[in-house]
Amino acid sequence: MALADKDRIFTNLYGFQPWNLKEAMARGAWDGTKDILAKGKEAIIEEMKASGLRGRGGAGFPTGLKWSFMPKQAPLDQNGNPKPSFLVINADESEPGSCKDREIMRHDPHLLFEGALVAGFAMGARAAYIYIRGEYIREAEVLFAAREEAYAAGLLGKNACGSGYDFDVFVHRGAGAYICGEETAMIESLEGKKGQPRLKPPFPAGAGLYGCPTTVNNVESIAVAPTIMRRGAAWFSSFGNENNRGTKLFQISGHVDKPCVVEEEMSISFRELIEKHCGGIRGGWDNLLAVIPGGSSVPLVPAKDIIDCAMDYDGLKAVGSGLGTAAIIVMDKSTDIVRAISRISYFYKHESCGQCTPCREGTGWMWRVMERLRTGNASVEEIDMLFQVTKQVEGHTICALGDAAAWPIQGLIRHFRPELERRIAEHMPEAAE
Amino acid sequence: MADRYIEPDTPELRARWGNFAWTPENADKAKDVLSRYPEGRQRSAVMPLLDLAQRQVGAEENTQGWLPIPVMEYVAAYLDMPIIRVVEVATFYTMYNIAPIGRFHVQVCGTTPCMLRGSDDIISACKKRGMKAGHITADGLWSFTEVECMGNCASAPMVQINDDNYEDLNVENFDKVLDALARGETPKAGTQDPNRHTVEPTGGPTTLTAMVSENHDYRGEW
Repeated sequence: MALADKDRIFTNLYGFQPWNLKEAMARGAWDGTKDILAKGKEAIIEEMKASGLRGRGGAGFPTGLKWSFMPKQAPLDQNGNPKPSFLVINADESEPGSCKDREIMRHDPHLLFEGALVAGFAMGARAAYIYIRGEYIREAEVLFAAREEAYAAGLLGKNACGSGYDFDVFVHRGAGAYICGEETAMIESLEGKKGQPRLKPPFPAGAGLYGCPTTVNNVESIAVAPTIMRRGAAWFSSFGNENNRGTKLFQISGHVDKPCVVEEEMSISFRELIEKHCGGIRGGWDNLLAVIPGGSSVPLVPAKDIIDCAMDYDGLKAVGSGLGTAAIIVMDKSTDIVRAISRISYFYKHESCGQCTPCREGTGWMWRVMERLRTGNASVEEIDMLFQVTKQVEGHTICALGDAAAWPIQGLIRHFRPELERRIAEHMPEAAE
Repeated sequence: MADRYIEPDTPELRARWGNFAWTPENADKAKDVLSRYPEGRQRSAVMPLLDLAQRQVGAEENTQGWLPIPVMEYVAAYLDMPIIRVVEVATFYTMYNIAPIGRFHVQVCGTTPCMLRGSDDIISACKKRGMKAGHITADGLWSFTEVECMGNCASAPMVQINDDNYEDLNVENFDKVLDALARGETPKAGTQDPNRHTVEPTGGPTTLTAMVSENHDYRGEW
């Protein structure tokens, strides 16, 4: 099983060709968009459901189903007028390891704009906001320019694509806050506030941006939609295992010979992915220590469990981790594994929004203990105490950042406890001196 | 949460920035920004406008730019919102500099994927030049921050200097970039690996090879 180039959605992934409208159309973007919209909202949502596409932002929620949650009848505001609905596209790609949306936005932005129209139409949205992380400065410039092109060509705006549907797309730049990737924090940020997540319910589909029905989708989920509509659900669902359909952008970083971003079939085995595209593990397969398979917030997986694992939602769940954004961080035996995880703990400490006490205080506390475990300046009981504290943070915060800070540490303790104990034992004689 | 400290409000700061107003060009940009949001929701524009203001300050000072309190007050008045709501936003998001900054803001990513590929060496190279966090070098050129994941993990390690990313770094090519900037040149942004275009495997892509030389249309093969 190997994905053929003709079945790849992001054909300009590496930016060898211009991103501009003319070239994008020559590659097949904006091809028959009017006909796709003419199928009607229900048909588009049904096709998306049938394709088996699951959200590419990390949670893996079925995309078509998410779109169907938008109210069929617009709720009324206090003056009795129907409220507009919004599509918000999550381009706040900040999860350590993730670097796929950047490639879509700077090299194939028209697939994203076309997807915004298709998705926005299917859910009856008035407009879409693309929330791009602030650090993607050049990428945002491409989005602004591509948007101008699409408007000038009549593909967006009034009577978009000649479909009779009015649809606007706006680009909004963030300013450096990981937490804004959480959907309600993103909505707060779009409203001009600090990006602190909201309590749910109400869910965004009921009351989101400006109190109006809102759906938040990842860039990749939106950008694949037009191609799925053109080629059909059966085509898309012919890739990957049951319940894990489609193609996916994998991002491989860390200790491989050739790190890269590549579009592959879901459920490809870890070994095949690395051998085919990354030139193997640095120093050979015997040198592999562990892998963080889905971005920093999923637990690490030791070498023996990952090598023949299917890279999909269910396959990685079976080894106690998750696909997340398919951001694969590879670590060989030269890695100081405790430091690698401790650095992730620092990341969460830095990015906690400060709203919920268990996370605000817990992330800093966990990082400080991790730093002591790194040097071995701790007692063995503290490993258990740390594990217990991660359990007290997990599930006790408004958003999932608390969980995300807890899981990497739990994964480390689960798989590398002997290493932690070794460091403590080695440190003890030093301390006694 | 990030440790950040705002530059105190002083008579000198007010004397320097109390008369801040958009340049004619930025006044047009600000209007364009406002038009992106529904009527009555102009507060949504606070983030892009703070960025615009920071860039204007930077252009005046020949630095990356930062946000003195009087400038935040100007943005607050422009959007008819309480000043504290603007300060909240400026202090929450790390890309707003809330203290003076140098000509080049060297932001080295130190998160795990970059760390695994050698960001420690890049940070040492910065320190060798006298850069340290929250400090401007004596020549006014460099400010340094170790930042969290910048989303360039497949071309790690990387730094962002003002608006451009420099990827696939090692000490040698990183030094070349810094030297070029110091001389007032514009080094090539993106990957510094001569065998790489963007994020394909170094040495040439394993997929989509037809795209390298022509804008290939795969639809005929469906």
